[in-house]
Amino acid sequence: MKILVTDQSGVEHELEGLDGWRTMEVIRDWGLNIKAECGGACSCATCHVYVEDGWFEKLPDPSDDEEDLLYSTLDKKPNSRLSCQILLSEELDGMRVTLAPSAAKDSEAA
Amino acid sequence: MSNEIVTDVVIIGAGPVGLFAVFELGLLDIKCHLIDILDRPGGQCAELYPEKPIYDIPGFPMVTGQGLTDNLMQQIAPFGPEFHFSRMVTKLEKLEDGTFRLETDADEVFLCKVVVVAAGGGSFQPKRPPVEGIEEYENKSVFYAVRKMDDFRDQDVVIVGGGDSALDWTLNLQPIVRSLTLVHRRDAFKAAPASVNKMKELVMEGKINFLLGQIGKLAGKDGQIDHVHITMDSGDTPLPATRLLPFFGLTMKLGPVADWGLELNDNLITVDTEKFESSVPGIFAIGDINHYPGKLKLILSGFHEAALMAQAAKAVVSPGERVVFQYTTSSTKLQKKLGVV
Repeated sequence: MKILVTDQSGVEHELEGLDGWRTMEVIRDWGLNIKAECGGACSCATCHVYVEDGWFEKLPDPSDDEEDLLYSTLDKKPNSRLSCQILLSEELDGMRVTLAPSAAKDSEAA
Repeated sequence: MSNEIVTDVVIIGAGPVGLFAVFELGLLDIKCHLIDILDRPGGQCAELYPEKPIYDIPGFPMVTGQGLTDNLMQQIAPFGPEFHFSRMVTKLEKLEDGTFRLETDADEVFLCKVVVVAAGGGSFQPKRPPVEGIEEYENKSVFYAVRKMDDFRDQDVVIVGGGDSALDWTLNLQPIVRSLTLVHRRDAFKAAPASVNKMKELVMEGKINFLLGQIGKLAGKDGQIDHVHITMDSGDTPLPATRLLPFFGLTMKLGPVADWGLELNDNLITVDTEKFESSVPGIFAIGDINHYPGKLKLILSGFHEAALMAQAAKAVVSPGERVVFQYTTSSTKLQKKLGVV
């Protein structure tokens, strides 16, 4: 399965995803610019992505913790999610996401 | 006048790896001082995931971040480490005689023979809330921590957040302020239930206000706010305020580590894998902050790095002294140090 990730400079990357992995882990493993500082504990907001319409609706609702964290970012949009909370499955094969500016390793915003 | 502390080793960072370094150094009779920006030990384990289970600590099928921290504190207690919490090392310099001088933002000076950087992802700093132009008010009328309660006396205070910091300061400041409004985006709080109940009582008694909403733009001049706009379901309301305390959690910044003249690789300190020493002899780096070929950011890797670092640090602290390798299971000498015989 594949996911399509657009980085902060607008370049799209096709990444091999693995069933059961977190989207954040795939993005980090491929070396894109993602800080993911808490390592997937839903405790920071540095793996923030925008999920493309059509895919966004397929995701389970965010937890209160995830929502609180998203509201703490400077660049939240209606389709914002934390990529550590998106577990990959066959259903998400082909999902398109864009890395938020605040997910960058050197971001001041996060 | 600065407060001067002379010791063998200063460990920067009191996360799990910094704590375990106390143990390994302690077995070699080396005394440690630890400095951490948080107000308690544990680093990321305490701040980011105290309740989250960890499954890959050898010998522990499952332990929480807080549980691991508590166990490490118990394990290193015999060595009497001295902790300096809630301060950041701002300056680190090597003196002509090869020893080191550190300064903290709490106006302390440390003089030591060895520095161990165990700073993880850097220092935890308060997150800046998503409010445009907030920078111009920071440290004048917008604060991310309460250093002096008197700064809030007879002020119109707005506190934002739903965690322990927000609730604790709501309760602590309420008796001395002119007015206090707590703002949180939902009616559920992460803070301790007892604090939440007390806060609700104060609201019932009319001593504080609670608003369900988010902070929007700030109004004021020359760094002094006079209104905070609150966005609520019912619309946007300007709320008179002279002090704003937003508690949006913490984030990690590399901070002053970048200025210490150490060779870095993508913001991590380059070390060798024999001593875990940085490009400056006598400064070691262990745990998540270091980089070497094959590095894995695992707590267990940091423990291994601490053990090897301690052997090398011993040679710096006590040059020429022969170090006999011993096991805690069989060495009476080590067991005496641990206080178990």
